[in-house]
Amino acid sequence: MNQTPPSPGFHLPRDHYLNANYGIKSWLLTTDHKRIALLYLISVTFFFFIGGIFATMIRIHLLTPNGALVTPETYNKLFTMHGVAMIFFFLIPSIPAVLGNFLIPPMIGAKDLAFPKINLLSWYIYIIGGCFVLYSFSTGGLDTGWTFYTPLSSIYSNSAVTPAVLGIFINGFSSILTGLNFIVTIHTMRAPGMTWFRLPLFAWAHYATSLVMVLGTPVVAITLLLAGLERMFHLGFFNPAMGGDPILFQHLFWFYSHPAVYIMILPAMGVISEIIPTFARKPIFGYSFIAASSIAIAVIGFFVWAHHMFVTGESTYAALAFSFLSYLVAIPSAVKVFNWTSTLYKGSISWDAPMLYALGFIGLFTIGGLTGLFLACLGLDIHIHDTYFVIAHFHYIMVGGAVMGYVGGLHFWWPKITGRLYPEALSRFAAVILFIGFNLTFFPQFILGYLGMPRRYHSYPPEFQVLNVLSTAGASILALGYLLPMCYLTWSMRYGKVAGPNPWPATGLEWKTDSPPPTENFHVTPVVDWEPYDFLNRPDLGLVAGAPLAPAHGDD
Amino acid sequence: MQSQLPLYPPEASNFAPHVDGLMVYITSICVFFAFAITCVIIYFFFKYHRKAPSAVGFPIHGDARLEAAWIIVPSILALTMFSWGAAVYVDYRHSPPDVLDIYVIGKQWMWKAQQPNGLKEINELHVPVGRNVRLTLASEDVIHDFFVPAFRVKMDVVPGHYNTMWFRPTKPGRYHFFCSQYCGTNHALMGGWVIVMEPTDYAEWLSGSGGAEANPVAAGEKLFADKACATCHLANGTGRAPSLSGVYGAKVLLADGTTVTADDAYIRESILQPNAKIVAGSQPLMPTFQGQLTEEQILALTAYIKSLQSQPVPAKGSGVAASSTGKK
Repeated sequence: MNQTPPSPGFHLPRDHYLNANYGIKSWLLTTDHKRIALLYLISVTFFFFIGGIFATMIRIHLLTPNGALVTPETYNKLFTMHGVAMIFFFLIPSIPAVLGNFLIPPMIGAKDLAFPKINLLSWYIYIIGGCFVLYSFSTGGLDTGWTFYTPLSSIYSNSAVTPAVLGIFINGFSSILTGLNFIVTIHTMRAPGMTWFRLPLFAWAHYATSLVMVLGTPVVAITLLLAGLERMFHLGFFNPAMGGDPILFQHLFWFYSHPAVYIMILPAMGVISEIIPTFARKPIFGYSFIAASSIAIAVIGFFVWAHHMFVTGESTYAALAFSFLSYLVAIPSAVKVFNWTSTLYKGSISWDAPMLYALGFIGLFTIGGLTGLFLACLGLDIHIHDTYFVIAHFHYIMVGGAVMGYVGGLHFWWPKITGRLYPEALSRFAAVILFIGFNLTFFPQFILGYLGMPRRYHSYPPEFQVLNVLSTAGASILALGYLLPMCYLTWSMRYGKVAGPNPWPATGLEWKTDSPPPTENFHVTPVVDWEPYDFLNRPDLGLVAGAPLAPAHGDD
Repeated sequence: MQSQLPLYPPEASNFAPHVDGLMVYITSICVFFAFAITCVIIYFFFKYHRKAPSAVGFPIHGDARLEAAWIIVPSILALTMFSWGAAVYVDYRHSPPDVLDIYVIGKQWMWKAQQPNGLKEINELHVPVGRNVRLTLASEDVIHDFFVPAFRVKMDVVPGHYNTMWFRPTKPGRYHFFCSQYCGTNHALMGGWVIVMEPTDYAEWLSGSGGAEANPVAAGEKLFADKACATCHLANGTGRAPSLSGVYGAKVLLADGTTVTADDAYIRESILQPNAKIVAGSQPLMPTFQGQLTEEQILALTAYIKSLQSQPVPAKGSGVAASSTGKK
């Protein structure tokens, strides 16, 4: 047994899922959840690139008050397509369909997801939906904003709205099927001994996410279909001239699209809940509170949608109720942050890249979450609603939170996925660059918003220029922070040091098998007889059950 | 004098100090927590840095008292934010009784405002300082939003609805207003200036700029005749439709026994969807004018109906519920 991880001189296993068979057909017709996860990895990265190019053009354009780069029509298309590509085709599938797909079966000791063929089907649906959207982007583009508010989208826009809403409608089924697959898998395929409260918090987070996917996605799918039908056949669902109501669209749209925020952030919280105990080498603080808070966020998250509509003229009483519930949903997120922070106490903290991403996540998510308190405040929202304050807030949640979680998760499980390690120093450097670049890009936007710069403006009064230039400067650093990992992770797939089964080491079941795992995940069905994140009673990890750093007094 | 990098826009309405107060309150709580968490993380990060490659941390599984504390304390703080914010919002959504009524119409991509005397402005809004101003907002096409950062208020302008917003300008000056709900190609150009004037200057501006021919009452009266409204809505109440004299602002008894107040929104609905609310004792005969009138024409008709207040007693058959007599 090896004494000091990571031990040098590992070799890749002889048979694993990557070399089980070769050829394009073996990938496109695979039902192996790990290969499907890699198909998703490639496709979401593609959409991330597309969305990123749009974002770059937006930031360059906003360097000067009158717009430096493109016409107003083009600018409107850029921010719309940026939002559609990033939200529906990158953020929503990113962690669940890539990391969740790859990791949930080995984490619970299963050979695959419950419905392997449906899993493959969900990827094809995603690709078909993606093709519709790319068709929309390349034939006239899309200029409605990712929110598709009617009657702008259903009547007034001259852009390719119909293929885009069809694409998002189709893509919704991919999400629903993935969610369904996760729920059934977690319920029915846990290995012997893997009780609900031994589940990794990553699995709890995905369970909560899957509930939102299954219950919420049909609503946005049908809503966008209605908007598409109104556009194609001049039906009057949302058109006031025909007796419809444009506000109805917003209710239906946000009934999904607010919970969708939790589809994006909950899995990232799951990733962080794995990384923190692993790199602090101690049990997570308040396991049951973190697990329960995921479920609480998923449930309460369904009852806050109309906080996007405080200034639409909705009833004052409705606004009061939704503001109150929005404050309520902040509490479980706060609970998570406090528990993660407490987990560090008396830990044995390593400064590896995944930990840097996780701590960066806590910092950025805290700012993102706290600024949600400003927007939930009715009296403050009447000023900052639809300004850059909102843009900054949700980028802190979605980019600072969800994307940091995704990139951190990729770094954490990369050795499991590829069997290889990436360059250590470079990865730490990239994590720091990402954190700094992100803050430089988006923090100025809080101030811009409070000063009154509305969102979705292709030109702006000159007094807003300084902050916009700062933001664009930050974005160039941020871009470097994304390009670096893309380069060295790709490089490591071929040239990285062989990782061995459990390089960190971590306590999860997925680390008890080879890296990369065999097609069936485990050579023999594992039996779980340990508690989650327990480093002391796990001689198989090769760690000395070292003397505690301080005597126990009353704790535990 | 604004610095080169201001942190907040000028404060120029009754709401601005409240909104800024909220901002300072919530910011200070949030900065405290963000700073505390950051400091703790940085401290732990160095203090508990791994001492030996195989060292493990001290196992602590949780603490119910701590969990309770960090559920209860943030909840209480959140409740204070909610309550203060709610108070400001409720005030904002309920305009005081004595207001200066201005109509604002948004259309791709310009704003038209109409002063009480009928004077029209484009992409400008003149208001007197110290007076409660209520804007009634209508849209000709898509959803817009009227946003005045210096006043710290905004409201969506939704087609098919009237939304209202109010404020009391507190400082003369020129302030930006923006459209802050994305409305298509030139969304960013759909803005202008609010000009807050001393009351005397405002009165002078209002009269000096003329406006007799722009009088909405006259325009409404002409429409009332052109659209043949006058053939049924006879003033003496003997027509096939209720008399409109004295209707505006009164309570109207409906066929289903309920009463509604004949405000702008009711009159608008009665023109566009006449069968939505039938006045007691009337037949649903009126054709719909949906799609046949612009928002401006509807406002003109409303202004005309509003002007028909001269008769001291509502005419018989006007549908106006005589609240004092408790008519059944």
